Amino acid sequence: MIYFASFLIGKLNRNAIPSDLMTLGAAVSIVAGLIFGALIITYLHKWKYLWKEWFTSVDHKKIGIMYIIVSVLMLIRGGVDALMLRGQQATSVGIHHGYLSSYTFAQVFSAHGTIMIFFAAMGMMFGIINLVLPLQIGSRDVAFPFMNLTSFWLFFAGMILVNVSLGIGDFSAAGWLAYPPLSELQYSPTVGVDYWIWSLEIAGIGSLLSGVNFFTTILKTRAPGMTLTKMPMFAWSVLCTTSLIIFAFPILTVTLTLLYLDRTMGMHFFTAGAGGNMMMYVNLIWAWGHPEVYILILPAFGIFSEVVATFSHKRLFGYRTMVGALVSITVLSFTVWLHHFFTMGAGADVNGFFGIMTMVIAIPTGVKIFNWLFTMYKGRIKFSQSMLWFFGFVGLFTVGGVAGVILAVPPADFQLHNSLFLVAHFHTMIVGGVLFGYFAGLSYWFPKIFGYKLNEKLGRLTFYLWFIGFLLAFVPLYILGLLGATRRIDHYSASLGWQPLFIIAGVGVLVIASGVFVMILQHVVSFLNRDSLKDKTGDPWNGKTLEWSIPSPAPFYNFATTPIVHSHDFYWDVKNIIKHEPKEINDILMPKNDSNAPIIGITSVFFGFAMVWHIWWLALVSLFVIVAILLKRFNDENPNYLLSADKIVELEENYLIFRQS
Amino acid sequence: MKHKNKKIIIALSIVVLLIIFFSIYLSSLNFEVLNPKGIIALQERNLIYLALGLSLFVVIPVYTLLILFAYKYRASNKESDYKPNWDKNAVLETIWWVIPSVLIAVLGYFTWTSSHALDPFKKLSPQSSKNLRIEVVALDWRWLFIYPDQKIATMNYFKMPVNTNVTFYITSSAPMNSFWIPQLAGQIYAMPGMNTELNLSSYQTGIYRGLSANLSGIGFSNMTFNDDVVSTSDFLNWVNNVKASNNALSYQKFLELSKPKVDSSIINFSNVDTSIYVKLINSYMNPVEKYKTNQNLNNPMAM
Repeated sequence: MIYFASFLIGKLNRNAIPSDLMTLGAAVSIVAGLIFGALIITYLHKWKYLWKEWFTSVDHKKIGIMYIIVSVLMLIRGGVDALMLRGQQATSVGIHHGYLSSYTFAQVFSAHGTIMIFFAAMGMMFGIINLVLPLQIGSRDVAFPFMNLTSFWLFFAGMILVNVSLGIGDFSAAGWLAYPPLSELQYSPTVGVDYWIWSLEIAGIGSLLSGVNFFTTILKTRAPGMTLTKMPMFAWSVLCTTSLIIFAFPILTVTLTLLYLDRTMGMHFFTAGAGGNMMMYVNLIWAWGHPEVYILILPAFGIFSEVVATFSHKRLFGYRTMVGALVSITVLSFTVWLHHFFTMGAGADVNGFFGIMTMVIAIPTGVKIFNWLFTMYKGRIKFSQSMLWFFGFVGLFTVGGVAGVILAVPPADFQLHNSLFLVAHFHTMIVGGVLFGYFAGLSYWFPKIFGYKLNEKLGRLTFYLWFIGFLLAFVPLYILGLLGATRRIDHYSASLGWQPLFIIAGVGVLVIASGVFVMILQHVVSFLNRDSLKDKTGDPWNGKTLEWSIPSPAPFYNFATTPIVHSHDFYWDVKNIIKHEPKEINDILMPKNDSNAPIIGITSVFFGFAMVWHIWWLALVSLFVIVAILLKRFNDENPNYLLSADKIVELEENYLIFRQS
Repeated sequence: MKHKNKKIIIALSIVVLLIIFFSIYLSSLNFEVLNPKGIIALQERNLIYLALGLSLFVVIPVYTLLILFAYKYRASNKESDYKPNWDKNAVLETIWWVIPSVLIAVLGYFTWTSSHALDPFKKLSPQSSKNLRIEVVALDWRWLFIYPDQKIATMNYFKMPVNTNVTFYITSSAPMNSFWIPQLAGQIYAMPGMNTELNLSSYQTGIYRGLSANLSGIGFSNMTFNDDVVSTSDFLNWVNNVKASNNALSYQKFLELSKPKVDSSIINFSNVDTSIYVKLINSYMNPVEKYKTNQNLNNPMAM
């Protein structure tokens, strides 16, 4: 009987339901929220609409929107985690021990890092790339539309697994990168680390597929005449990012698999003994992890290149040096991973080499900043919300860069590593750099996707709240680092006098939270006023790139006629020099909706869950289902349909009439 | 108008007051990283200042240009030049490839030399027989300090003489930790089955805070210890006192001791088995037995 039960449900038992009220409450409220949402959808009879128009849609713009919705939800989930961490550290001092147990606290910071990087930042990045990239290079869709949808659903499946861990079992308490031996079975015997492993495995494969997809899209489906050096800067940044993804993500997949084999099959890749080597894991995870932060920041660089040029009403300064800088950052990002562990005792030669390589990366990054500044020079700068994010970015990224250069000197790093100074540094880069960049991009391209602009006033208020909140939240952490405070502490002695700084940092997170609230309000208000904010021209900012040459919102077939490109900043030239010539409209071959991808995604959730709980039969069955669906899909000889020219002419004419009115 | 000025003045004075309060508060704190009491920490702090100083050569121009350009070329200022197609200039672009490169070359030189000079494994000169050796073992979640030459050991605190070169041999019988005494020297990882080393010297007596800087499980925040730097004669007296205590530490007792426990109590040991450190490291060469003994002990949610 017992054998049968353990065959049926693996390691699952009733202890898997969390015992502490906090986690249980969070799990219950999430489930309640899901049920409430499902009821509303059922009440409005929208399931069919969602399935046909969204879940199975291979339109890259819709996939992009789904990515962004998920990533914003995860930004909020990770933000709640951040508030919990700040609450604990602000109160757990001296004789008081805060409201979280050490173990819960560790789960919360592990979840915060994992969710913010993999499901908030990565999701928003793929969202923006999906929305913009094909439009910008004059392409009708991505190279592999079905694979694109599958990537999204794998990302979604990983996200579900992370959140399932709230209600069934627990989450990793070993930090967001789960260093062994702490993450080995010996020290982390619960399923937490397995949840971490499988959510990242599944989402990571989605990321890898996306990387391959967009890399191919850029290389093979650019509009005729758009040579690589006539490509917009955002497209360049995506080319660099995707090449990093292609090289880096397989390392993550393999490393996680090896850790799982250690934990499940009693192997010894990274265990403390029996020939295992934890230092190998630390090297491997950062050989992926360092490129990963450049994967996140490069598209933000690309976005700023578009935003600054557009809102300065000028061409981007130094196109060729910009490309050179991007490519050098791409190459160099694989030569610096060791700076994450100068303190592991490698010799002086090794530390010195990686320290210098790390500083060398600062050179092309600095070049980019100067190029952006000189794009503003002799321009006509409009202080739009997107531009404000750029100003905030330069202000913060420079400070973060200085902190980074200090950390790159190995002996200085010995004093700052694992301190809150380090935490403040990478939050400056990821919030001030990555997130500000994505927010700039979202407000910039919003009208192209939805057909109306975002409310400017609330957009600026959002920026100010984020910026001030950021300073309040992270300047104290820089100070705390210099005081000798380490990251991940759930308690500290009262005599150190750190508490006021932790409280200020907590207030800062609250201010950021109000920024998120205003951002949501901005979208609601803009939606209600969408008629007055309507983008009638398709080119609300006087843009330079191809996406602004088509109507807003972009039609599902993107371009009625394939544009032929003659120069970089082509649309700018078209508007100003060359006359736009009407071309003949032909039939378009469009990819059909695909219901295989969401089924693969949902099956992956079961697969991951089965691997976490050692329910081997379920793992095998779900794997079999996935393979079967893939085989079926690959043998589908008719995945496309023909969109007739008449239909396109009709749609385009509606737009032209509308544009002239 | 007057009313508005009044408001601004009130707001400004509140800000100034807040800054004053904040500064008074900050000045009451011990900036351990910037307030070194040992020669290694001193040089490391100076490196932080050097890197910061060199960075300012880029930071100041960036902030100046950002504010200047944003102000001067704002769209509402129709007086300023407008050159929408001005998009390259070889001289300027060369300047900002070269100047940061030069700065990085300078800093790179210091990086290379300081990586060697401040390599934690490097023994401090002058070498002498007076140098002190301390073996550090990170336990779950305490610190054990073994003095092999004195045959004594301490838990969660240790003493060392002032102006003496000390070599720490560091390992762990727990997950990865990081051994850090901010006012004396930067940190280095403590890893099971591995030996890392740290050399330092303190030029001022006092009690300095030490801690683990790397997450090692639920008792991690509690892994702090005091480093009591005393005069040589006080140190010798203390060693003799500890030797006189009747609390021996054998390898067997060490294994008992190394079971997971959140505990900050201070313990002295005499008659210490000096082979503990080597035995512990070697135990990871054949660890299957050990692997089993530790299982599930530190799991708060064991299933």
